[in-house]
Amino acid sequence: MIPPTRWLPMPVLSLLLLVVWLLLQESVALGQWLLGGVLAILIPVVCRPFWERQPTIKRPLKLLGYFFRVLGDIVTANIQVSKLILDPRGRMRPAFVEYPLTLKENFPITILASTITMTPGTVSAHLRLDGRTLLIHALDVADTKALIDEIHQRYERPLLEIFES
Amino acid sequence: MLDTIIEGAVAFMLIAGGAFAFIGSLGLTHLKDFYMRLHGPSKTTTLGVGFTLIGSLIYFSREDGPVIQELLITIFAFITAPVSAHMLAKSALHHKLKPDPRTRGNPVELESDKPRHTIEEAPQGNSPLP
Repeated sequence: MIPPTRWLPMPVLSLLLLVVWLLLQESVALGQWLLGGVLAILIPVVCRPFWERQPTIKRPLKLLGYFFRVLGDIVTANIQVSKLILDPRGRMRPAFVEYPLTLKENFPITILASTITMTPGTVSAHLRLDGRTLLIHALDVADTKALIDEIHQRYERPLLEIFES
Repeated sequence: MLDTIIEGAVAFMLIAGGAFAFIGSLGLTHLKDFYMRLHGPSKTTTLGVGFTLIGSLIYFSREDGPVIQELLITIFAFITAPVSAHMLAKSALHHKLKPDPRTRGNPVELESDKPRHTIEEAPQGNSPLP
């Protein structure tokens, strides 16, 4: 990826900010480039202290694939949850599941936790302070072991490959 | 012909969006405990908003050229919704709200090990509030 320099501590974030700025303005006039450029340099410099460690994306293409997989899963997840809510008999098997994390860095863990919240019947409720376990609340789960395996195979392994491999 | 297809797509998006938003709200009233109720708004309602915005995106893109802001709004909504759901769940755990009796699994966070101080008898010094 692009190496960080003193005035561009987070080049990817800067680029992203500039692109979002131009998209929001819906204009590629020189003035917008200048204003967006100034913001894209200033904001990362100012909020640098909040990022304890900058994430490195090792495989950008895989990240794109992950994004589309999650998008598809969000739709199926919602159909499942809708069915559960509309089921008049209300047969649900809620459970707290302790998920053992193999990811180590904060940023990928954040993405994993968000993904878990957006996908089938699970909300990530709590990240233990040791950063090793994620407490998940599931709406309807038959086999907690299977759920842990599924999350590991489907989401955590790709994230490991993208960020930490 | 193309108009019909676009209008159909917009109508579908609006109906799907409305349906999901409604089901999400229904979940908010019908489910049994706080942790289960969290599932409705965090997923279903977000998708409802997403569908509605995409419908609006298609409609206005046809009227006055491509509109991108609404796509950005959708993406930001999907990024922020899990964070707020996570904070709600965290605070529920902090308050040790009782889960539905059918819930399996017994996280340490919900065990009431220590008797909790009331504000009057809280120990002096800079110990955290109960």
